[in-house]
Amino acid sequence: MNSIVIILLLLALLSVGYQVGLSRGRTVAATAQRTMHSRPNYHGLMVALWCLVPAAVVLLLWAVFSNGLTTNYILSFIPSDVAGDPNLLREAMRRIEQIAAGFGVIGETQDWEVAAGEGLRQFRSVSFWSVVVLAAVLGIAGLLLMSRRIAPRLRARNEFEVAIRVLLIFCSLIAIMTTVGIVASLFSEAMRFFAFVSPIDFFFGTVWNPGFTTSGGAGTGEYGLLPLLWGTIMISAIAMLVAIPVGLMSAIYLAEYASPRVRTVAKPMIEILAGIPSVIYGVFALVTLGPLLSDIGALVGIQIRATSALTAGIAMGLMIVPFVSSLSDDIITQVPRAMRDGSLGIGATKSETIRKVVLPAALPGIVGAFMLAISKAFGETMIVVLAAGNAPILRFNPFDAASTVTVSIVNQLTGDTNFASPQSLVAFALGLTLFGMTLILNVIALYVVRKYREQYE
Amino acid sequence: MATTDTLRPMGHSEPKDERLARIQKSLRRRRSAETRFRIYGMSAVAIACGFVLFLFGSIMHDGLPAFWQPALQVKVTFSPDVVKVAPKPEQAPGQSPAEFQRASLDWQREVTMVNWNRVIQDAVQAAAPDVKLTPRDVQAVVSPNQRFKLRDMFVENPGLLGQTVDVSLLASANADVWLKGNIDHSLGDDRQQLSGAARQLIDRLYENGTIKMVFSTVLFTNADSRGASAEAGLLGAFIGSLYMMIIVIVLAVPIGVASAIYLEEYAPKNKLTDLIEVNINNLAAVPSIVFGLLGAAVFINYFRLPLSAPLAGGLVLTLMTLPTIIIATRNSLKAVSPSIRQAALGLGASKTQMVFHHVLPITYPGIMTATIIGVAQALGETAPLLLIGMNAFVATVPTTPLDQATALPVQIFLWEGNENRNFFEPRTAAAIIILLVVMLLLNAVAIYLRSRFERRQ
Repeated sequence: MNSIVIILLLLALLSVGYQVGLSRGRTVAATAQRTMHSRPNYHGLMVALWCLVPAAVVLLLWAVFSNGLTTNYILSFIPSDVAGDPNLLREAMRRIEQIAAGFGVIGETQDWEVAAGEGLRQFRSVSFWSVVVLAAVLGIAGLLLMSRRIAPRLRARNEFEVAIRVLLIFCSLIAIMTTVGIVASLFSEAMRFFAFVSPIDFFFGTVWNPGFTTSGGAGTGEYGLLPLLWGTIMISAIAMLVAIPVGLMSAIYLAEYASPRVRTVAKPMIEILAGIPSVIYGVFALVTLGPLLSDIGALVGIQIRATSALTAGIAMGLMIVPFVSSLSDDIITQVPRAMRDGSLGIGATKSETIRKVVLPAALPGIVGAFMLAISKAFGETMIVVLAAGNAPILRFNPFDAASTVTVSIVNQLTGDTNFASPQSLVAFALGLTLFGMTLILNVIALYVVRKYREQYE
Repeated sequence: MATTDTLRPMGHSEPKDERLARIQKSLRRRRSAETRFRIYGMSAVAIACGFVLFLFGSIMHDGLPAFWQPALQVKVTFSPDVVKVAPKPEQAPGQSPAEFQRASLDWQREVTMVNWNRVIQDAVQAAAPDVKLTPRDVQAVVSPNQRFKLRDMFVENPGLLGQTVDVSLLASANADVWLKGNIDHSLGDDRQQLSGAARQLIDRLYENGTIKMVFSTVLFTNADSRGASAEAGLLGAFIGSLYMMIIVIVLAVPIGVASAIYLEEYAPKNKLTDLIEVNINNLAAVPSIVFGLLGAAVFINYFRLPLSAPLAGGLVLTLMTLPTIIIATRNSLKAVSPSIRQAALGLGASKTQMVFHHVLPITYPGIMTATIIGVAQALGETAPLLLIGMNAFVATVPTTPLDQATALPVQIFLWEGNENRNFFEPRTAAAIIILLVVMLLLNAVAIYLRSRFERRQ
């Protein structure tokens, strides 16, 4: 009911403000000696804005602070022996809520409970209605102030456009604030982790064994990043071995060779792969691909675990194929027609043209695309969580289980809210490492791709 | 490199026919290189397309059978000998709602205490009169929570006492596994999930038509369940995902479009704009799990949003999809012909009027596509949700965005990890099919809306 009242109030302020501004603008326009600067609807919009913004600010402040104020108010009724015990207090709060709601409670009621319930009900209605009235009064005050300003000279449209521009700027700053938020939160939590474990042990340690307790020297060697980093690099390398040849060659084939009929079928089909959530690739790798690879390994006499770096790498590679192929396709089609024609004109075959003219010309762009693909592989989580076998040990056999930075983040932080132990804080140090690695790759790749685009534009 | 040498005349000493032979040889080599290159391309496309077919084929093969599950069609008698309860209480005048609720709860508790397993056993006995049943066998065959179904029927309609009605009772997960052959029938008793007597009972009931395969509606009407795997459904996860998608659409689309408009149409070319641009491009390539870390540190730890709530998940996904929407919207704004802008400005429109009245309407199809791309990406995302506790086991359907919930892809991840692999592997595949269908519908809606918008212009 409360939220309905508030929404109705805001809507009422909005429409009344607009109507008042509009009609007043019209009367002024009709009676004025000179032409109006702005059309009446801009006057209406300005009045609506002046009406709405102060009321909305009051309601927002109330939404933020009301819970704390209400709790403080109830606490003043509760005797100190109950308030001291968290369990009793919670129970008392629940009973008071029920009394205040008129639902009643089972069993004996204490005097202070009834008083608190009664008080809470009064406090709620008084505070709610006073806030609503305050918001309404402020809104009406805004309305009066603004509508008195309406005059032929008033540049209402310009003022409204300034308001719009402020709103747009605010929206585009959210992206910056996100980055700042990421960096600040990762950095501050990682610093807390480095208070437990020295950065040297973290970045150069070769043993990853976070354990479960914080007892003893929770430092030396147990939080070594290298096994995870190696797992990430190995799995990403396998993924690239799959994704780069398949992605690049299919982009070349579809752009240069394929008949329009093949293209209209194959291109959307490959793009479907890009839309499939990574958890589905993970399940597929675990259930189908892993056993398949393990059987193939048994046929040729290699022992391949069903959940291994190879399984995860191949699944990840297939996931990245459409990413590589669509980026390469963009870049290959940007190579000017004249370069191709020149090469074909002096008698080179199509494949010679592609290998010796088109690809070298497109090389910077393609390298950039590969770097973006690598950064995607570094950050991929679900496939490795499901299919890599979670073995954070420094070993070089791709047929064996491995673990990555992302898997360890999930393992260390899942369902944990108490960021006090190095066990959960290490997730932020890992996150910072991951963010740093992908940031470097992305910035270089984006720079290279942009430079390449400018070259041919 | 060798090809260019062959074309150069090698002096007069070389006879004409030798030279011709040399050229023909090199031509053969070049043509076969051409064919090889073409085959590489074709096989890359074939690998990618073949993988798509293989992926969908294996998901369909695993998942489709899980949409049907066995149920016992039995006649249940609510015999007064077994169902011994007092009449349902009614609210007496002067009774407070709390007291009435307590009386009702007492009555419901009494109803719950009835030996419903006995009622089920009698019904199964009637279906297979010549078999000697033990309570354990019956409980192994019928899904455990089906007794609550009978209880709820009775609570709903106490007049059923003494009557006999046709009821469909879901068979247990193990019976499902046995009937579908997902467990090897030749395994010894010690490795079977069901006792020999229970297996015989199932076969017997299946032969005489009591157990029928019915469409698995629980998949769509129930939340997850741990005690009764056969009744585990996706509704809870679906509603959780739905809340998050609503939050993403309500927040990410307006903010994303607004910042795209600012950057593309208003922003002066300076260092700050450059920074925002680089920052947004980079943000689009930041691994999703980093957004999860941001959510854990900022939304959960700092703002104290409830753990596992769709609100926190929705906010994290909003930040994650924002760059995608901004970039796609900017691209469609860039594609608007400058002549439209010039015409609007030439006729005296202000910049804001030009943007909002003339440029923006043309980009609606593009914004629609951007929205769908972003929402589909958010819908399939799993990793960041794991870090804000959305992988908790939730057996209820969330009613508000502040309740505990999970999401469709997270549910897939959770089911994949369930110990009862024989039962949950097909069910995971069924959940994947449902997720893919939802994404497909989303894309279909986008295509439909886009074509409508395009026709209108």
